[in-house]
Amino acid sequence: MAESTINLESLAPPTELRRAPVVENNRGLGVLTDKLAAFAEGKIPCWWWMLFIPSAFCATVVLPLALIYKISIGVGVWGNNHPVMWGLDIVSFIWWVGVAHAGTLISALLFLTRQHWRTTIGRATEAMTVFSVMMAGLYPAIHVGRAWFDWFMFPVPTYEGMWPQFRSPLMWDVFAVSTYATISVVFWYIGMIPDLGTLRDRSTSKLGQFTYGLLAVGWRGSVRHWVRYETASLLLAGLATPLVLSVHSVISLDFSVALMPGWHTTIFPPYFVAGAIYSGFAMVLTLAIPIRKFYHLEDLITIRHIDNMAKVMLATGLIVAYGYSTEIFMSWYSASHWEYFMMWNRMFGPMGWSYWVLVSCNIALPQLMWLRRFRVNVGLMFLMSIIVNTGMWFERFVIVVTSMTRDYLPSSWGTYRATRWDYATFLGTLGLFTFLFFLFIRFLPMIPMSELRLMLPQAKVRERAEPLPEAGD
Amino acid sequence: MPLPEGVYGLMAEFDSPTRLVQAAKAAHHAGYRRMDCYTPYPVEEAAAAIGFHRDEVSLVTLIGGLLGLAAMFGLETWIAVWAYPLNIAGRPYFSWPAFLVPAYEWTILWAGLSAAFGMLALCGLPKPYHPVFNAPNFRSGASTDKFFLCLESTDPKFDATETRGFLEAQSPVSVVEVEY
Repeated sequence: MAESTINLESLAPPTELRRAPVVENNRGLGVLTDKLAAFAEGKIPCWWWMLFIPSAFCATVVLPLALIYKISIGVGVWGNNHPVMWGLDIVSFIWWVGVAHAGTLISALLFLTRQHWRTTIGRATEAMTVFSVMMAGLYPAIHVGRAWFDWFMFPVPTYEGMWPQFRSPLMWDVFAVSTYATISVVFWYIGMIPDLGTLRDRSTSKLGQFTYGLLAVGWRGSVRHWVRYETASLLLAGLATPLVLSVHSVISLDFSVALMPGWHTTIFPPYFVAGAIYSGFAMVLTLAIPIRKFYHLEDLITIRHIDNMAKVMLATGLIVAYGYSTEIFMSWYSASHWEYFMMWNRMFGPMGWSYWVLVSCNIALPQLMWLRRFRVNVGLMFLMSIIVNTGMWFERFVIVVTSMTRDYLPSSWGTYRATRWDYATFLGTLGLFTFLFFLFIRFLPMIPMSELRLMLPQAKVRERAEPLPEAGD
Repeated sequence: MPLPEGVYGLMAEFDSPTRLVQAAKAAHHAGYRRMDCYTPYPVEEAAAAIGFHRDEVSLVTLIGGLLGLAAMFGLETWIAVWAYPLNIAGRPYFSWPAFLVPAYEWTILWAGLSAAFGMLALCGLPKPYHPVFNAPNFRSGASTDKFFLCLESTDPKFDATETRGFLEAQSPVSVVEVEY
């Protein structure tokens, strides 16, 4: 052992050039598995119940109530009305899809670029993606009014031989979001199979063995399977990356193809994607910081993770800021009266306050993340993640609602006021999301064990085996 | 189907991936072919040692993706040109640039589903029962921190005594018989 260690040491780069370890304090394979599997085993901690019960209430009482009332009465229970036909439901739809994006980027794009630090948080962010796409998908499904006709959106030989119209971005959206939801679930599940195998093997209860056994589809760790599994993971990551970039671009086309001032711009696709990553990383921090604290995961979700995510947020936040300034510039440079008025109305009109909330939350305050002292302060970063999430929600509010209140004809101007059912639906989806996430961190492998094992130094195959321990050892 | 009876193979447990790879290489060198290694994380060297180099997952994915592309583009064209032609702002019925977006999404959808389910199918999963789980030390180690090499009894070179002797010489932690 000593000899091979010395050899490795002499080959390794000097300390200052080495990458920081993903797993700190040099844990062994068995210890690592014990620590990571413990989240899904043992007694349920008290804090889990304290957070789970309120979210379960929102998920099982508030949301069903809001949905049943809305579906049985109609869209009129919301604030949506002429001229603001897209209200809080579409704002929340875009916000949830945006939140989802960071999960795919962390697990797919950072996987392809070999950013090993992503490993520990990859699984949880994929779960975040899956659950937030579910929340997003709910909104257009009920926004259409007659939710029981949702199947008209799919190319099914429908009533009287009608077929969908594929030249519309709204139709593209159906395929972009449904593909995204499907691929996210598949990517998440395939990634979990080996870890579900570990939980199955460790489980002591009949129910656990049966359930995890069913989910693990009989995974036994054969190296032939591992080779295919690695190829499939790589391919899925390669497919998810262009997919995630296309989803928010397609959503932005719902707006930019329309002629509404404030919507009809070509900057939308990249600016929506950057905004999605921005809010997504904020949501990852919102979820990761409390989990790190409550589960004592300081060795696994290190300060470096938080620092890196803060840097991504800072960068994408600046892209978003560039998008806002392009909008301002173009509304002046286009010399279009309507565009000019739209921007003035956005800033100083009756809903101008929402624009300034967005500017302070998305542009002004995040500049604090230039300071390293700020980025490594976990409490402040948690606060910042909430601020950015709020800011990004208001960005969609400004785009969707403020633009619609004032279009070309002053005679068709109007205003918008969300009702309690709008808020109840949003609260309900927040609750359902948290509810699902808490079930996930309790019952499924939250941190990818098999991938983390690969990060440990003792996992490498060496030229020569270590000398055998004495017989009887 | 009645289960085959007798011995499935001999399973050697190792405590490090390096030793597993050495043993697998030696077994391949000695002429064993029907064997497998079981590890708690991917050990590419072990797969190479037992002579497994190529997997067909990429090919399956490519075929799936192309089929998805063709299916959606074909469906859109058929609907827009023949089944349900609509005049949208005077655009041609065959407005292919607009059809590219759903076709792109379905390429990814079908390719992704083919990669995932093709991988499982090629591995022969789901397979809830497999004889290797009968080895007493398998469940506690193979998915945690131990490395296994199983030489299967269907191999023409397999001989209960000789093979055991061969495995014992590879400095394993233990060698056990795996029942069907």
